[in-house]
Amino acid sequence: MNYQIDDKGYYGIFGGAFIPEMMFHNINELQKNYLGIIESESFRKEFRQLLEDYAGRPSPLYYSDRLSEHYSAHIYLKREDLNHTGSHKINNTIGQILLAKRIGKTRIIAETGAGQHGVATATVCARAGLECVVYMGAVDVARQSPNVEKMKMLGAEVRPVESGSKTLKDATNEAIRDWINNPVDTHYIIGSVVGPHPYPDMVARFQSVISEEIRQQLKVKTGREIPDYVIACVGGGSNAAGAFYHFLNEPQVQLIAVEAAGKGVDSGESAATTQLGRPGVLHGSRSLLMQTADGQVIEPYSISAGLDYPGIGPMHANLFVTQRARFLSATDEQALKAALYLSQKEGIIPALESAHALAALEMITFKPDDIVVVNVSGRGDKDMDAYLKYFQSQK
Amino acid sequence: MENRITSLLKKKKENILSIYFTAGYPALDDTVSIITELENCGADLIEIGIPFSDPVADGPVIQRSSEIALRNGMSIQLLFEQLKEIRNHVSIPLILMGYINPVMQFGIEDFCLRCRETGIDGTIIPDLPLEVYEEEYKEVFERNSLCNIFLITPQTIDERIRKIDALSNGFIYMVSSSSTTGAKGSVDQEQIAYFARIQDLNLRSPRLIGFGISDKATFGRASSYANGAIIGSAFISALKGAEPVKSKVKLFMDEFH
Ligand SMILES: Cc1ncc(COP(=O)(O)O)c(C=O)c1O
Repeated sequence: MNYQIDDKGYYGIFGGAFIPEMMFHNINELQKNYLGIIESESFRKEFRQLLEDYAGRPSPLYYSDRLSEHYSAHIYLKREDLNHTGSHKINNTIGQILLAKRIGKTRIIAETGAGQHGVATATVCARAGLECVVYMGAVDVARQSPNVEKMKMLGAEVRPVESGSKTLKDATNEAIRDWINNPVDTHYIIGSVVGPHPYPDMVARFQSVISEEIRQQLKVKTGREIPDYVIACVGGGSNAAGAFYHFLNEPQVQLIAVEAAGKGVDSGESAATTQLGRPGVLHGSRSLLMQTADGQVIEPYSISAGLDYPGIGPMHANLFVTQRARFLSATDEQALKAALYLSQKEGIIPALESAHALAALEMITFKPDDIVVVNVSGRGDKDMDAYLKYFQSQK
Repeated sequence: MENRITSLLKKKKENILSIYFTAGYPALDDTVSIITELENCGADLIEIGIPFSDPVADGPVIQRSSEIALRNGMSIQLLFEQLKEIRNHVSIPLILMGYINPVMQFGIEDFCLRCRETGIDGTIIPDLPLEVYEEEYKEVFERNSLCNIFLITPQTIDERIRKIDALSNGFIYMVSSSSTTGAKGSVDQEQIAYFARIQDLNLRSPRLIGFGISDKATFGRASSYANGAIIGSAFISALKGAEPVKSKVKLFMDEFH
């Protein structure tokens, strides 16, 4: 079975490019040129160099004694939280800004949920000297304010979005509208493995450095490249795509994707797309989508702004229906608890998104010899308000 | 019976006035009144919008009307019910315009069949790409005598325009500038140059210009470079207010006489 994109831009029945004609020219240019550009020697060299010197890669693969003891398995943490700007998002924005320069674009737009992608975009724009506009739902502007301030300091303009549920989906709508209105000079840096082809594949490739490193690091540390489990959270699914990428065709590796259950999958306030969704089209691709019987998109909920999205990338939809990956979900409460646990046992405060991946450790029965890699996609600085509230309520 | 869009375009070559409105707005049951009154007031063609929660090609006015229409309870199912007897008293061409997801969830076969039973003549589905239409949808649309209308924009290259021209059996929807829907209030030189460039391609399909057409002046300017034009957001804005919906339609349309 092939879990990669096919030559028409589909993962099984998912993917494609369902875009209005107004976006055709830009998307078609990307489709025709992205592989040629990102696989060229000069691009790869520049990309690798920046990942190393600017983003601080490779990110460590850290053996957690205390989690290993607690869960009776060998638990490794892939420390994407230690990257420059505090999450895996920088891997993608470095790649896309280099691409944007090569196709002659001078203005960058992005959507952001938690603000991590917004900060990572504002960061690479500052370095490249390109104008940067970030769309962010008004609800997220309020709950992730440190990131809003960072984006502004980096010179980006943050435009709060007041439509719909005022979260990630609506920010994405607004970024798409901006692109329709500015097709000539603007490149849209999408922050996850969503959107029309070629975005899901392009973003997955930029993030694939995560699993490339995991393989090399595991080899050095354990003598084997292949873990038994890789666990990652899924909003749109970019950190999971990166962590899974080089293991997709290694059937002995169990891929665990963790969605946000919000207040519970059946509570009406959830973002667990694979459990609540059906095939549908949003933001330019066919995937699994939370929607009403009439095909109207349902507004999702999660305490984590980065997971508060009613869809998942088409690659993950395919991994779900083919059962290549196992999809679990963690509630707000379970994620908060996992974040507090990691903080107090390992001195690492994870992002709320990553805390969902950590929560999955509670849900799986491991064998003592199992090698388990959890992708800690980001750090928790931005989430201190939510953590303090929770922490105080626990006293 | 011949498709009403095709017959209209055969009979009338210029100043075709097409009006777009969102079904379910301002009130859930206004659909039939708006259509009837538009025909009485001289509209040549009507585009009935199926509201969607995430209309990415639309500006603020149509976004708002879609949100209200959905809150009012509009759905494709209900729209077909409302339009069940429309052909007893309305004879101008009717087009359904909406995003692909609600149509997919309704079921493409069923959707096309219901269109034919209801007397719908065409569809505009902005996020259904040409290539997907050709491969997966064309057959069922044509079997049900539906004209699917494609968009072109200032960015669409000639080769693609020719392909769209060849595939079109109604008219070509020319998006007037690189933008989402919404009234701009004027037509500028850059747009005129684009209109003229397309005119010079001598396409076989008639063309209507839409997006940013808001009144008699912009309608007139656009129409002089095509077979007519489409008004959407400006009409929807005119439907605000407490007066009976028919009088609001009439007031808006009076200008075009
Ligand atoms: C730290 C972190 N992890 C995960 C995500 C979710 O995105 P994705 O599913 O694309 O990795 C975000 C998004 O904002 C994030 O900031």
